[in-house]
Amino acid sequence: MHDLLLKVENLEAWYGESHVLHGVGFEIGRGELVTLLGRNGAGKTTTLRSIMGIVGRRKGSIRFDNQETVGRTSDFIARLGIAYCPEERGIFSSLNVEENLLLPPVVKPGGMGIKEIYGLFPNLEERRRSQGTKLSGGEQQMLAIGRILRTGANLLLLDEPTEGLAPVIVQRIGDIVRQLKQRGFTILLVEQNFHFAATIADRHYVMEDGRVVDMIAAADVAQSIDKLQTYLGV
Amino acid sequence: MLDIFSIPLPALFGQLLLGLINGAFYAMLSLGLAVIFGMLNVINFTHGAQYMLGAFAAWLMLTNLSIPFWASLVLAPLIVGLFGVVIERLFLKRIYHLDHLYGFLLTFGMALVIEGLFQWRWGSSGAPYPAPIPGGYNLGFMYMPAYRGFVVLAALVICLATWYGIERTRLGAYLRAATENPTLVRAFGINVPLLITLTYGLGVGLAALAGVLAAPIQQVSALMGSNLVLVVFAVVVIGGMGSIMGSIITGFGLGLIEGFTKVVYPPASNTVIFVVMALVLMVKPAGLFGQTK
Repeated sequence: MHDLLLKVENLEAWYGESHVLHGVGFEIGRGELVTLLGRNGAGKTTTLRSIMGIVGRRKGSIRFDNQETVGRTSDFIARLGIAYCPEERGIFSSLNVEENLLLPPVVKPGGMGIKEIYGLFPNLEERRRSQGTKLSGGEQQMLAIGRILRTGANLLLLDEPTEGLAPVIVQRIGDIVRQLKQRGFTILLVEQNFHFAATIADRHYVMEDGRVVDMIAAADVAQSIDKLQTYLGV
Repeated sequence: MLDIFSIPLPALFGQLLLGLINGAFYAMLSLGLAVIFGMLNVINFTHGAQYMLGAFAAWLMLTNLSIPFWASLVLAPLIVGLFGVVIERLFLKRIYHLDHLYGFLLTFGMALVIEGLFQWRWGSSGAPYPAPIPGGYNLGFMYMPAYRGFVVLAALVICLATWYGIERTRLGAYLRAATENPTLVRAFGINVPLLITLTYGLGVGLAALAGVLAAPIQQVSALMGSNLVLVVFAVVVIGGMGSIMGSIITGFGLGLIEGFTKVVYPPASNTVIFVVMALVLMVKPAGLFGQTK
């Protein structure tokens, strides 16, 4: 791969006593859009949380821009330029929409301006004085994505951005993720919705039981469809 | 004669003013407690001792270094707030993951130690602090000592400034967000442990500021906070843990209710707040302004 941005090797992670990741390894090049696929409980979310430094305990290696991040705190990791959009979206109810949007501090130059973000999500501008959690599910998801675009982070970790949303919103989120890739963001996407993932990603990593078991490039998806269906149990 | 329900008006207004002044202290102290509880999840039973430390810092600076009241108003909260920061770094940060009970035991124990030390060194009879603004005004229906009027205004300004800082500024947004979900806020690159330390320092500084304001009204004594803090906890319970505006309104309101009770039925004035607490808890267990989680 030409220009490596993230390299994960032999990553193990624990929640309390339970050992969740058993040696995860994969890599992402600068500007790539890569997905983690797999069944529920395969360790996809835990992998994102490990990269962000918010699991109980981790071992192994996660190199971002050639810097080791295992052993670092999550605020340090965020300041290197990794931004996280959690599965539960994490919209703050005591903050209004604009405060939610402005919450993550700018960590590097080159982030999007607030006008640009409102251009991408016009609904958010209309509702900028509303309480964050009063938004619809789709709007909350857009807020959760929108607020990490300002910070200048170049690696976005998106955890199931389409979960529980209507098909038309899923399509809209797909458009936005594609636009973000065109703007040069590197994106690691966790998805249950394979049809959504297949339309936008460069490559797919398949996870099973806390390990990465396969890698499928976008061009090979059509001929690997049977294999994928076995992996995902669909 | 001017009177309502056969109560002379000057007596009524006199007690309401006293109530308002007490309310000002309830508001400032419960505000600090609410801010600390929201962020640290610790019920700070050292609050009364820290209020006392503020008054003592002002008194010691005046008697030993001739530092005037107005300078103490800034210096004492800084000194005591810094002391709070040290306590947070040394002790409190080790118990956040434990049950509330541990926070209670630790902060209650620290209050006993601090108050015990001061009692041992300076006794418990108390020392007077000269009023920084002498004189007063005849308002026609009552006499208003100038310093007491100043205390009410100062408390209002302090409370509203704190409210503004938390509800309307960037730093306040960090604070509110970190109260809800510290893990995520930290994963956005914000140094949450530092934010927690500063919050505790701020809450303790507020208690000390109230202590400085109280020094010229009350005797400066080792136990001045322990008498007050029980009522303040009742105020916090009535207002609802963690609500900023709720603490302010409940603090002033209960002071007034207490003052009014002193006029109509003096024997009940010491218990009326606890009666209100029981009534509120029956109807709204989360407090008047609290939200059930």
